[in-house]
Amino acid sequence: MNFDENMLRSVIEEVLKEMGAASTAPAAKAAPAPSTLQAGEMTLADTGEAAKGVAPDEVVIGLAPAFGVYQHETIIHQPHSKVLREIIAGIEEEGMKWRLIRVFRTSDVSFIAHDAAEYSGSGIGIGIQSKGTTVIHQKDLPPLSNLELFSQAPLIEMDTFRQIGKNAAKYAKGEAPTPVTVRNDQMARPTYQAIAALLHIKETEHCDRDKKPQAVTVSFK
Amino acid sequence: MKSKRFEALAARPVNQDGYVQEWPEVGLIAMNSPFDPKPSIKIEGGRIVEMDGKTRADFDMLDTFIADHAIRLGNAEKAMAMDSLDIARKIVDINVSRDEILDITLSVTPAKLTEIVGKLTIVEIMMGMTKMRARLMPANQCHVTNVKDNPVQIAADAAEAAVRGFAEMETTVGIARYAPFNAMALFVGAQAGRPGIMTQCALEEATELQLGMRGFTTYAETISVYGTEPVFMDGDDTPYSKAFLASCYASRGLKMRFTSGTGSEVQMGYAEGKSMLYLEARCLAVTKGAGVQGTQNGSVSCVGVPAGVPGGIRAIAAENLIAMLLDLESTTSNDQTFTHSDLRRVARSVPQLFSGTDYICSGYSATPNYDNMFAGSNWDADDYDDWNIIQRDMRIDGGLQPVKEDDVIKARNKAARALQGMFRELGLPPITDEEVEAATYARGSEDMPNRNVNEDLKAIEDMMARKVTGVDFVKALDRAGFPDVAQNIYNMLRQKVAGDYLHTASIFDKDFHVYSGVNAPNDYHGPMTGYQLSEERWEQIKNIPNAIRPEDI
Repeated sequence: MNFDENMLRSVIEEVLKEMGAASTAPAAKAAPAPSTLQAGEMTLADTGEAAKGVAPDEVVIGLAPAFGVYQHETIIHQPHSKVLREIIAGIEEEGMKWRLIRVFRTSDVSFIAHDAAEYSGSGIGIGIQSKGTTVIHQKDLPPLSNLELFSQAPLIEMDTFRQIGKNAAKYAKGEAPTPVTVRNDQMARPTYQAIAALLHIKETEHCDRDKKPQAVTVSFK
Repeated sequence: MKSKRFEALAARPVNQDGYVQEWPEVGLIAMNSPFDPKPSIKIEGGRIVEMDGKTRADFDMLDTFIADHAIRLGNAEKAMAMDSLDIARKIVDINVSRDEILDITLSVTPAKLTEIVGKLTIVEIMMGMTKMRARLMPANQCHVTNVKDNPVQIAADAAEAAVRGFAEMETTVGIARYAPFNAMALFVGAQAGRPGIMTQCALEEATELQLGMRGFTTYAETISVYGTEPVFMDGDDTPYSKAFLASCYASRGLKMRFTSGTGSEVQMGYAEGKSMLYLEARCLAVTKGAGVQGTQNGSVSCVGVPAGVPGGIRAIAAENLIAMLLDLESTTSNDQTFTHSDLRRVARSVPQLFSGTDYICSGYSATPNYDNMFAGSNWDADDYDDWNIIQRDMRIDGGLQPVKEDDVIKARNKAARALQGMFRELGLPPITDEEVEAATYARGSEDMPNRNVNEDLKAIEDMMARKVTGVDFVKALDRAGFPDVAQNIYNMLRQKVAGDYLHTASIFDKDFHVYSGVNAPNDYHGPMTGYQLSEERWEQIKNIPNAIRPEDI
């Protein structure tokens, strides 16, 4: 992993700082403001076929084909760089390690998460689509089951991504964490479903059925 | 300067919905796409060698499955040679019987079915539904879920929904591991409210089957099929594996239906440039070919996609009609939010509600939508009186009836207490009197105390390892002092052995008699035929408690 400790520490500090800032903001689920992604907030690089892990203290994060490369923000304009940092910070907070892979054979988040779990030494994986839909998975579960599913991408905000990282790490440690509170908004579909279809079509265009999961390195700026 | 009228219009709920332009090349078009195949069939040596412009050598696995299993060959060449417009006209002609239509429509290809319904206006589609629905009388299904996965609330909400008239009830989970509790709470609550209601729990397919086999549920409908090969493969599935799964249910005497709907393929990014309706016609042919009795269709959870493009709501009604043209039980969605606009959501349900279908909603949210874990339904518990009064206004049977508050409170309380007793007898984490009280009077989970989720999840794991089955529910309820609820659960489990409810479009009455397309077929052939409201049923529907009686003045 080319991601040194100092870098990590600064990332975590930054995230913590943002958390502090966020906690003073009103808790209402205000409509997220459209944000323009600043180029170079995160660089993702494929480094060849991913290896199956053996370390029992790792969580593997599986990225959908377009995540952070062809698409840069979730359906509610959360930058992918921040999303990934939150998940990683959540895992780190629990004292666990993480590793990134990119799944190409499918854009289905359940299978991406299951692939990540299969590659994970602990058997716990997280799958995430570009639009933000996220699953925590365990390798012995049927692919379309899950430990925790966050199916409504428009409702997943930064604190949830951090909680997802934390809970995945806790499962990896053999704990039974209280599942992250699932949010439900029946008006998410009317507003977002047609747009979600467009985003998913554009994700799926980058699938390659014959390509195995690739190891990915990340550097945040 | 900005127009004040436009400002007001922009603020209307309808303008908070998402709309997109058609993009036929990727399949973002509801129906009548220029890229849809032209209907064709060629049969040699008792085998279809060409279908909808493709020769057998070019068939994908869906084509092969459909050609080999879904089309009646005897009449196929004749039916395919008929003008689609003529067939469309027969569908709305009261002098042409349902059986005559089926002789044609069970013998044609998916492209032909798509072309036929493409000739119909929305009103003609409704006339088609009135005639082609399998069962004589319409019915309704509901969702019973909550955001906390609170089983006591599920039992109480199910009991209330039973009093209100639903024939089937469906639950699902926020947390997957809660599934067994949700399924048993729904089962007990429904049977405490009114005997004979079928219940299911929507889950990952293997788990759903397991719960059915262990007697936690009495039907299943979350078996999805798709209209293109890559989407099937995305779920590690084929039409053959789905047919196998269907036979697993049948062999255990469990009612089941497939589910599919317009928009799912484009939602999953693999529409192969075909219209949503054509791909849905393929799904329905796969359903028929698998020998499954029915379908839940009508876009279902993908409704935001067809609803976002022109003509999408008409396409949804058209896909319901295609299901009926294939003699399938039609369970017609109306179960998912797709709009902020109350006007749009009523208009979307008019075709199924006014025509009547086997299950008008699949399901109607029996809780306020904030508790609906299918991401919200088109109708929820706060709309009960609207639904009842629309039935009364139009003199239609939408499967529900007005109820008295006392009756509902009694039913909710009984269900919660029955579950409390059953939990105690099964050694599960206790349900407190406080929870029973809260569930009795609750509107939704905001009114419920929190349970210890981790303790519940541990108890579930242990219960499943102990191989607890529906028979244990019967014993526990009897011991807990609810012999009538125990008897109802027992009777429902017995139905799996009898198997009568595996027939197309079954429902039970409160005495466990089955009504289906076989013993209560729809015989509509014009005015004053088909399902007519009995005087007794009309009394039930029209007597809302808040109507002023002339004699009181």
